Formats: sequence, C-alpha cells, structure tokens
Amino acid sequence: MDFATVIQLLDSTLRLSTPLLLACLAGLYSERAGIFDIGLEGKMLASAFFSAAVAAATGSALIGLAAGTAASLALAALHGLASITFRGNQLISGVAINFLASGLTALIGQNWFKLGGRTPALSGDARFLPIDFYFSDTLSTIPVLGPIYSELLSGHTLMVYVAIAAVPATWWVLFRTRFGLQLRAVGENPEAVDTAGLSVTALRYQASLICGLLCGLAGAYLATGMAAGFIRDMTAGKGYIALAALIFAKWRPGYALLACLLFGLLEAVAIRFQNIDVAGVGTVPVQFMQALPYILTVVILAGFIGKAIPPRAGGEPYSKERA
Amino acid sequence: MTVLPRWVDIALIPAINLVLAFFVSGLIVIWIGENPLIAMQVMLNGSIGSAYGWGYTLYYATNFIFTGLAVAVAFHARLFNIGGEGQAAIGGIGAALVCLHFGWPHWTLAFPAAIVGAAIFGAAWAAVPAYLQASRGSHIVITTIMFNFIASALLVYLLVNVMKAPGQMAPESRSFPAETHLPTAHEMFAWIGVSFPRSPPVNVSLLVAIAASATVWVLIWRTRLGYAIRAMGWSEPAAIYAGIRPFRIIMVTMMISGGLAGLMAINTVMGEAERLLIDSVQGAGFVGIAVALMGRSHPVGVVLAAVLFGMLYQGGVELEFEMPAVSREMIVVIQALVILFTGALENMVRAPLERIAAMFR
Repeated sequence: MDFATVIQLLDSTLRLSTPLLLACLAGLYSERAGIFDIGLEGKMLASAFFSAAVAAATGSALIGLAAGTAASLALAALHGLASITFRGNQLISGVAINFLASGLTALIGQNWFKLGGRTPALSGDARFLPIDFYFSDTLSTIPVLGPIYSELLSGHTLMVYVAIAAVPATWWVLFRTRFGLQLRAVGENPEAVDTAGLSVTALRYQASLICGLLCGLAGAYLATGMAAGFIRDMTAGKGYIALAALIFAKWRPGYALLACLLFGLLEAVAIRFQNIDVAGVGTVPVQFMQALPYILTVVILAGFIGKAIPPRAGGEPYSKERA
Repeated sequence: MTVLPRWVDIALIPAINLVLAFFVSGLIVIWIGENPLIAMQVMLNGSIGSAYGWGYTLYYATNFIFTGLAVAVAFHARLFNIGGEGQAAIGGIGAALVCLHFGWPHWTLAFPAAIVGAAIFGAAWAAVPAYLQASRGSHIVITTIMFNFIASALLVYLLVNVMKAPGQMAPESRSFPAETHLPTAHEMFAWIGVSFPRSPPVNVSLLVAIAASATVWVLIWRTRLGYAIRAMGWSEPAAIYAGIRPFRIIMVTMMISGGLAGLMAINTVMGEAERLLIDSVQGAGFVGIAVALMGRSHPVGVVLAAVLFGMLYQGGVELEFEMPAVSREMIVVIQALVILFTGALENMVRAPLERIAAMFR
C-alpha cells in the first residue's frame, strides 16, 4: 500500500467517522444524564431527510440544517416526554422513534418528491461544500506533509471540523462546568441531585435536547455534506454503530473520538478493499469487516478488554415519591 | 399505587392505546391529503375482506406470533430481547440446512426436523448474549442489537460464499427439494374438499404457531420453570432468596425466546420461499416487539395482536395499490406508534385511569 492510498484511506476515514462521532457525542450527553437512547439512528434519519428536503426546496444547506435539526429535536423531545415525564421504558421509546423516523421519512419522501423515497439530488449551495485550507494547492507539492495538509486535513465540509471540535468542547462542558457536573450527577445519582434542590427533569430534558441537536448535525451531514440528497434508510445502522462506539469509549469524549475513528477506518477499509488478503490468515471477507464494530463492542461489553460500566442510574426513570 | 380492575388492565388500556395510535396515523393520512376512513376501509377489505386476503394476513400473522411470543417470553423475566430479527435470520440457516442436506422422503418427516433445526439455531444465536448478560453483566439489549447486525453479515457471507446455488448470480441457496414442500392452506383445505385460493402462502406452520402459543401459556403459568421466570421478572433478589438461580433462568428464557424467533423460518424460508434468501425476516423480528407489547406478553394477546399486524401488513400492500399517495411505509409508522403508545407512553393513559379508580374505591 503506497502513501497516496494511505492518505486517501485516512481521508475517507475522517469523512465516515464524522456522523458516527456526532451521534456518539449525542448519545454521550443523553446517557451521562441517565437516559438510554437507542433512538440515535431515528433522529439522524429524520434530520437527514428534512435537511435534504428543505435544502432541495430552498437551495440553502443552512436552512436545510435548521430544518433537519428541528426534526431531530422534535424526536428528542418525544423521547424525553416518554422517558422523563411519563417514566416509560427508555429502550422501547428508542425503538419506537427509530421506526417512526424510518416510516415517516419514506412515507413523506414519496409523497413530496415521488422519487421512491429519495429527495432530488442536491447541488451548489444546497450542499455543504468542502472548505479548502489556505495555500492547500501550493503546499500539496511538498512531500509527505503536503498531501497530509491539503488532502487529509483540508477539503472537508464544515461539519467534519465541527464534529472534531465538539470533542474537546464536550469534555470541557462535562468535566469543567457546573452544568456538566450536574448532568453527570443526574445520571449517577438523581436522588442526590434532587436533594440538592436541582430539577432532575429539567437536567434530563436539557441532555435529551443536546442529544437531539447533535443527532441533527449528524443527519444533516449525511444528506447534505457527505451525500447529495436523502435516500431511504440512509443511516443504515450508523446510529447503532455510534451507540457501539459510545460503549467502546466507556462514555468518555476522548475515547469516543478514537472509537469513531476506528469504526470509520473499518468502514473505509471495507469500502475500498472488499475482501482483504492477510498474510498467514487468508482472505478476510468484507462482511467480517462490516461486522467488526459490532463484534468489538460485544467483546468490550463482555468485559474481556476492560470493563464498560454505564452511568449508574441509566435507564431508570426517576420518581420523586417513594412507591 | 392503585390496583386497576383486571379488565381495565388487559382490555381497556391496550384498546385506548391502539385507538390513540390509529388516531395519530389517521392525522398523518389526512396530512398527506387522503381520507383516513377510506384508507382504513381499503385496508380492512384487502386483509380480511376475502379468503385471498385472509390467506396473506394469516401468513404474516404466523411470523408475528413466533416473534411476538419470543419477545413476550423474555419480557416475563424482564429481559428485552430486541434480537428476534437476527435469531430468525439464523433460524433460517438452520431450517435451510435441514431441508438441503438430508434426503427427506416426505414433508411430514422434514417438517419436525426443520422445526428442531430452526429452533436450535435461533436458540444458539440468543444463547451468546444470554450468557454475556448472565455471567458478565453485559446489557442484553445492546448485545442483542449487535447480534442482529452480526447475524445479517454472517447470513450475507454464507449466501455469497458458501450456500449460493452454483451457476447463479443472486445470493440465494438452491431451491429445497420438492419433498420438503409444506402444504399450504389451499392444499390442506382441498383434503377436506373446501376450496381456498392457491396463491396465499399461509401454510401448516400456522398450526405450529398456535401450538407454540398454547405451549408458552402452559410454560409460563403452569410449570415450575415458568414460575421461576416470572419470579425473576418481578424481583430478582426475591427470586434468588427463593433459591432460583438467575444465571439458569436468563439462559433458559433467552434460549426459549431465540428458539421461538428462529421458528419463524419454517413459515418464511421453508413454507414460502422454499430456499434461503438474503432477507427473509423483513423486520418481523421487530414487529414482535409491538405484538408482545400490545398483547401484554400473554399468548392470547400475542395471537390477537399478531393477526392485527398481519392485517396491517396485508392491508398496507393493498393500500399502496389503491392509494399510491400512501405508501407501504405507513405500516411502519403505525407500528412505531403502537410501540410508542403501548410501550413507552403507557403511563400517559394508565396514570389518569389509576386516579379515576382511586376515586371510586
């Protein structure tokens, strides 16, 4: 494998990791506050559809982004309503949201555009365009560092940089601010937060909405940044891979970046090489590469490589009065 | 907390939730610009308005009974098996291996063997997440989700590289021998001289599904194991105190659950397609969640809910045909709303009813 291939591979790794990373951080906020969210997939899908549909109608990727994020926030609010206000089962609510998004986007898509659930292909300002760094053309001739700068680092859409910047931002919010401390406390011991006079409900709703916001960005990136339009069920399990990455990262932002880059790399390798010949092992089928994120997550969950311990109050609805 | 009268719990609340789900679906249909009452009429006509419609409705219902029972059995031990989709896919491999690799003289011999094969494969696929939950505390919901994806990758791999029929492009196994053909309703009704349309794929598997429901009822409410499963579901510490071993119950419950999901393959793979296809489950594993929630995890409820979802699936096909603006995905939306109202938003209806019940005490 030559250097140019490596650069291309890493370049697509970065692109493919971005939606995973945004969704993974989304899940991080939610689960740190004690709300399990297997509805990341659905929220991304809803955002992908509405961002592409509105971008197609208005010709503006930014208005599309706003619409997509609004759709994702609406589903996040629904998840909050079910799991915080009505103290329902958070997992079942997540499942419902995934189906709701999958069904509604295809249904409305067919109704609006009559393209079998697709949105029209986006072009120009209806998409997020690559941002070229200064001098990336001139510097690309420099050996080694040139391609790294101009191909790997430069030339991505806005959301790629937003996703990467969101990692230290999330770390700072969660571990260096009062809000972050409260958020983590509400996921570990909501009784204590309640006793301290803070509203468990309000904190959990805030976490849910942040989750919706980030899923919105992830979905909009999929449909208006990475691809040029929406196709049916285009998230294709990315929400679940993000969930896997979250567990893999043991609910920590820095590790989330590494996990998402790893899973992005696996995807990039699977797309580029199909079946891989490994010396001494034989051919590794492409299906194995595709299943690897899930297999790794199961291994992590099983505690064979370190133990993944979720926030203690995760999945438990909080009720003030004693039953 | 107030205890609600039994009929409120098992009939009124599910009915209200169902009405809410359909009401919201109706609003969506209006928003699309069609008349929901006509849509409903088309669906009813298409699903139960003719023997042909019934044939398809019951075919789908057979799948949903199996996957619904699978989720329901796990619910009794307070385990959420979201992996029915994967377990059914792997069950399909089991059924296909049985049909392809033995020279069966007659379907009456192949059928029991395929039932065992499908159930064992499904159970084995559920056993790994069960073991990880029982012995290492890995969250069963997450592991079963992961196992769905691993199952689909495994199935694609096997169909592309191992089981693909020679000399063809499509990733499918070769067709099963004619001797393993299961009698369809058309053939079975012909034995007693009644005519039934030829095309609906509903077959003898439906009877197995009914038998499975009865067996699950006996298991849960009339056996020591069933008692242990329910005890685990109510309170794990109390169950341990009573000498019930959680490890054993989790393993057994999940394997029964996976086996039931795997059984779906006898209806789809052996009964309908008569070969192993890449996507024979088609979301039925997830429908099982809605069916179990609606049916309150009771076999009778599961069968009724499965028939209802069978009607939705068959009616949805007709609806798309008659009313192109409302595509088949409407069913997925209805399914999502049923899960939402009966599962996640249950307290929205229950809490006010409890308050009313408290007033009349």
